[in-house]
Amino acid sequence: MEVRWDVFWIIMGSALLTFIPRVLPLMLFSKIQIPMWLLRWLEYVPVAVMAAMIGQELFMSDNQLVPITHNAALWASLPTIAVAIWTRSLLGTVLVGIVAMMILRYWMG
Amino acid sequence: MQGVKDCIPTLLGYLSIGFAAGVIEMTAGLSLVETALLSLILYAGSAQFIAAGMLASNGSALAIMFTIFFVNLRHLLLSAAVSPYFRHLTPLKNMWIGSLLTDESFGVAMTRAIGKERLSERWMHGLNITAYLNWFAANMAGAYFGRWITNPERLGLDYALPAMFIGLVVLQLVHRKNKKIHIHVAIIAVVCVIFASMASLGSMSVIVAAVIAATMGVFLERWK
Repeated sequence: MEVRWDVFWIIMGSALLTFIPRVLPLMLFSKIQIPMWLLRWLEYVPVAVMAAMIGQELFMSDNQLVPITHNAALWASLPTIAVAIWTRSLLGTVLVGIVAMMILRYWMG
Repeated sequence: MQGVKDCIPTLLGYLSIGFAAGVIEMTAGLSLVETALLSLILYAGSAQFIAAGMLASNGSALAIMFTIFFVNLRHLLLSAAVSPYFRHLTPLKNMWIGSLLTDESFGVAMTRAIGKERLSERWMHGLNITAYLNWFAANMAGAYFGRWITNPERLGLDYALPAMFIGLVVLQLVHRKNKKIHIHVAIIAVVCVIFASMASLGSMSVIVAAVIAATMGVFLERWK
């Protein structure tokens, strides 16, 4: 039940370093006029960031491409994407993804 | 209240990831109080996994903070991307919104923002705070019950995060006006992140890929 001092300061320090990038653009842009080109660019950022995160999760492991025959995560993404397109339900998508992954892991051993 | 409701689909994702984070923090030798502080003050899944992993392997405090900072630099992009929808608020109010911004609440907010000029402050707080409390509960549950779950991967629980992002991207794409360009941007981002990872850019890979892909989006728009 104790809190070690070094752990405490690591938590505080990393929290501050996480807080700054989270908050700074939001605070800054409420004061400053955002230039038009930046607005155009920002429109593509959400899809770009999320697609990049998915890409890393699905294709990579330790900076290596995962071979397609051993890539359960990639195969599980097929039913997941299909359900997402058809149902447009986030909850349904997550559930199908988890179940697909469970079955595939069982299968691929 | 609508913000609370809109958060519900992401809760399952949070629960399983938060649970996993709690289990890992426990096995890394963190106490229950330390785990609570991590989830409440740091409040960032990827950062908590790194902190636990590096603490377990006796990483230096500076190295841990440095790594976490770079992993979370992508929040600069998230924060910048939501900022146009909160320009009607003061910087202080924006600070509160930003402080609880996560990948998931960002995804939900951007999906709701499509076709809108601004987002409501109360809606965003509802979303953020629901996510925050749920994350804390999941972390504590993981730390507490974790000793009985030996292999969360067998249950496919680790797939909740990628599945949630897939859902969020699809929702983004179906609602966007210029779908074609967005689909191209998504594909470019995936290709770029693969190359960036292979070039061992580590946690910078996602940022580099996203910046390139979003920039390509602006150019594609011009050429059309």
